[in-house]
Amino acid sequence: MKLIFERSVPGRKCDILPACDVKTVSLPAGLARREAPTLPEMAEVDISRHYTELCKNVHGVNSGFYPLGSCTMKYNPRIDEEMASLPGFTGIHPLSPADSVRGCRAVLDTAQKYLCEIFGMADCTFQPAAGAHGEFTGVLLIKKYHESRGEAQKRTKIIVPDSAHGTNPATASMCGYTVVNVASAPDGCVDLEALKAVLGEDTAGLMLTNPNTVGIFDENILEITRLVHEAGGLCYYDGANLNAVMGIVRPGDMGFDCIHSNLHKTFATPHGGGGPGAGVVGCKDFLAPFLPKSALMDGKDALQVRSFAGTFLVVVKALTYILTLGKEGIPEAAENAVLNANYLMQKIKGTFKPAFDRICMHEFVLDLSDFKKETGVSALDVAKTLIDYGMHPPTMYFPLIVHEALMLEPTETENKENLDAAAEVFRKLYKLGFEDPEYMHAAPHHAQIARPDEVQASRNPVVRWAKA
Amino acid sequence: MGSYVPSAPGERKQMLDAIGLKSFRDLYKDVPKEMILKDGLNLPDGMSEVEARRAMTGMADQNTVFSTILRGAGAYDHVIPSIVSYSPAKEEFLTAYTPYQAEMSQGILQSIFEFQTEMCELTGMDVSNASVYDGATAAAESAAMCRDRKRTVTLISGCAHPDVIQTVRTYCYGTGHELRVVPCKDGRTDLAALKEMLTEDVASFYVQQPNFFGLFEDAEALGEAVHAAGALYVMGCNPIALGIMKTPRDCGADIAVGEAQPLGPPLGYGGPYLGYMTATAKLMRKLPGRIVGQTVDAKGDRAFVLALQAREQHIRREKASSNICSNEALCAFTAGLYLAVMGAKGLAEAATQSMSKAHYLAEELCKIPGVSMRFEGEFFHEFVTVMPRADEVLAALEANGILGGLPIEEGVLWCATEKVSKAQLDKAVSLVKEVLAK
Repeated sequence: MKLIFERSVPGRKCDILPACDVKTVSLPAGLARREAPTLPEMAEVDISRHYTELCKNVHGVNSGFYPLGSCTMKYNPRIDEEMASLPGFTGIHPLSPADSVRGCRAVLDTAQKYLCEIFGMADCTFQPAAGAHGEFTGVLLIKKYHESRGEAQKRTKIIVPDSAHGTNPATASMCGYTVVNVASAPDGCVDLEALKAVLGEDTAGLMLTNPNTVGIFDENILEITRLVHEAGGLCYYDGANLNAVMGIVRPGDMGFDCIHSNLHKTFATPHGGGGPGAGVVGCKDFLAPFLPKSALMDGKDALQVRSFAGTFLVVVKALTYILTLGKEGIPEAAENAVLNANYLMQKIKGTFKPAFDRICMHEFVLDLSDFKKETGVSALDVAKTLIDYGMHPPTMYFPLIVHEALMLEPTETENKENLDAAAEVFRKLYKLGFEDPEYMHAAPHHAQIARPDEVQASRNPVVRWAKA
Repeated sequence: MGSYVPSAPGERKQMLDAIGLKSFRDLYKDVPKEMILKDGLNLPDGMSEVEARRAMTGMADQNTVFSTILRGAGAYDHVIPSIVSYSPAKEEFLTAYTPYQAEMSQGILQSIFEFQTEMCELTGMDVSNASVYDGATAAAESAAMCRDRKRTVTLISGCAHPDVIQTVRTYCYGTGHELRVVPCKDGRTDLAALKEMLTEDVASFYVQQPNFFGLFEDAEALGEAVHAAGALYVMGCNPIALGIMKTPRDCGADIAVGEAQPLGPPLGYGGPYLGYMTATAKLMRKLPGRIVGQTVDAKGDRAFVLALQAREQHIRREKASSNICSNEALCAFTAGLYLAVMGAKGLAEAATQSMSKAHYLAEELCKIPGVSMRFEGEFFHEFVTVMPRADEVLAALEANGILGGLPIEEGVLWCATEKVSKAQLDKAVSLVKEVLAK
């Protein structure tokens, strides 16, 4: 596929702007650009075809099965997109006078009310632009809280289980905390004794996902949050896995003090090839005074993690989704996400081994270490072979506590025959591993590209096109 | 109730049977019973598509969409070519995730590689990442890139956008590093004050070009002072201005970042936008976020992948310098497409027209008795006026479908882009004249 720069021909253009109807002003030489940038010179039809071709080389939820564990790749309803493209939302300047943005306020206030109900929290902010950004915000709330009590110097540690998303320890570091990694029990749940051993006067808080990253609901959750509170710490809920339990049980009722939720996972807004997301952060009453604000919109004395009020149009999509599902539909989505995961795991059983053979939540992890020992075929090889079957591979090599891990999250928006077909592919690949491991080492065979040389890409980085 | 669960009730029963369970509640046996919501959520009943559309449209209708927008301050109302609004909605791209699996994500990876190239071209820098959340977070991330053991203090110009300053302050608060704000003098960064503040512990200095008041800073002089003190120089540049303005590279910047919302994404009450981050080759391995690199596949053909992942949080965990993983890929796709449609000439035209219209507006406003420019000096497409009864003036404009300048401490901050016509500007000016004549 040609790069857009390789399609450029001098003199070609699109006609967008009218002639200037006021006197033209130009920059003095000292401020002016010395040389024009090299940008594509193209006609609209060629641009359109270029981007259409790019889109053909993308696998989205709308292209096929996308069981990427921990990412909740559910269907993104079209109505949500339509609502986010209403001129009454897209054309609004963030610094418009209050009486001209009553609709935007209504969107944010309604979304806040409903999300707080789903979270079991009292208040929330829409400023964070993604999950990791939400974690950063949430842990800063914890920091502000300890500071307000004169305990900032003393409480210097954030506890993170070794099964956590990589963002959790990175977030704690960004907030100036020392990370205490605590080993999980064999089932990926929190080891209560290990937790007790690290809790103390220096504990600022705990970051936890529940259901955890192996797809199991930690049944000791009330005891865990009680222990942390008893030590004077706060509990942060990583909402990456909220889809399993929304409308069934609330993080606030589990004892968590603040939470981020990825609207682009749980609330069906599209991932857009890696963004924009939205990482709404909810909190209990006592943390609400510390929630971030915009210096320009609300005054200068608060935390602020991004410009203005946040990724508003993403909130529009999420609110449309919540209104559509409502009281009954929210838990229905959760239940069917869990049902689909258990059904798929059941259908795969007998071939690849689930890391934990028990009822799972919305996702489950396969442990391919025995399979690799027997066949030499790795989790990576299986993932790459799946691509030839038009299926996006599961999350690979995560969580770190399972070796040769493949983590599958089918979501509630897959029908039974898709799950049956996917299970059939997994069974086929299991067999193929014994029959023709070489074929799998070299997979994919029919994809956009063969396996790329990632080492070269990092050793001798070529990160931009340059004129020959 | 609306639902996107495709399986019919009978199928759900079959699936429960297949896993040997009687009811959905059996799936939640690990959840302590006392925690389960007994009466469900306190939410309204779900809606059909038609009802949801009615509810959302009703909210959109409560907003006022101004036909003329003369307000910027970090969010800019530029022309969005039709193909730019239409194309990013292509379903595959919209509904894909981060391109972890290069073999089925070449389209996303290539679009990011093209975006990176375009941003390098605009800024004159060597390397760009795949975008970050917005311009303010780009500035905050750049501060973290520059620190080392000895140099831990970040300086920022007081003439930068208040939201940018506050976001950088928050990120510095997080890691426990100090931020010092360099004062403004006559609407521009005070060079003499900067020189005094460039102590041995300063890691970097950030300046916005053009600055919050629309004025051009003496970017080269600022950069020379920063480098003379051994610190790194970060410029936050408006990407439309870069169509005609001296590049940050030519001004001596080590890192160039900014808010790329002017390149296609709509105002959208504040987001989603996208931040761009570019740097010299020397700083490549310190850039946070995703970076797409070119390589070859097993057959020797060109291929694109996520490169330099060893910098990132999923590998380095608590040792990573940033926790960022999501970028704003779809917005970067939009910006890349915008730049392809405009080309270098179109971008320069948009920049020149924006500047010309702002200058026309300033001239016309200043002909009105009582109205004057707050600051002297070259400006791009924003400027600050001093005028009596600004509240009344702005209210009169709003009543006529015009969003006037933003009232700030220093006066009223106006903005004009290529999108407004002379007729629209004339109408605004005559309304101002009318109010002030009373």
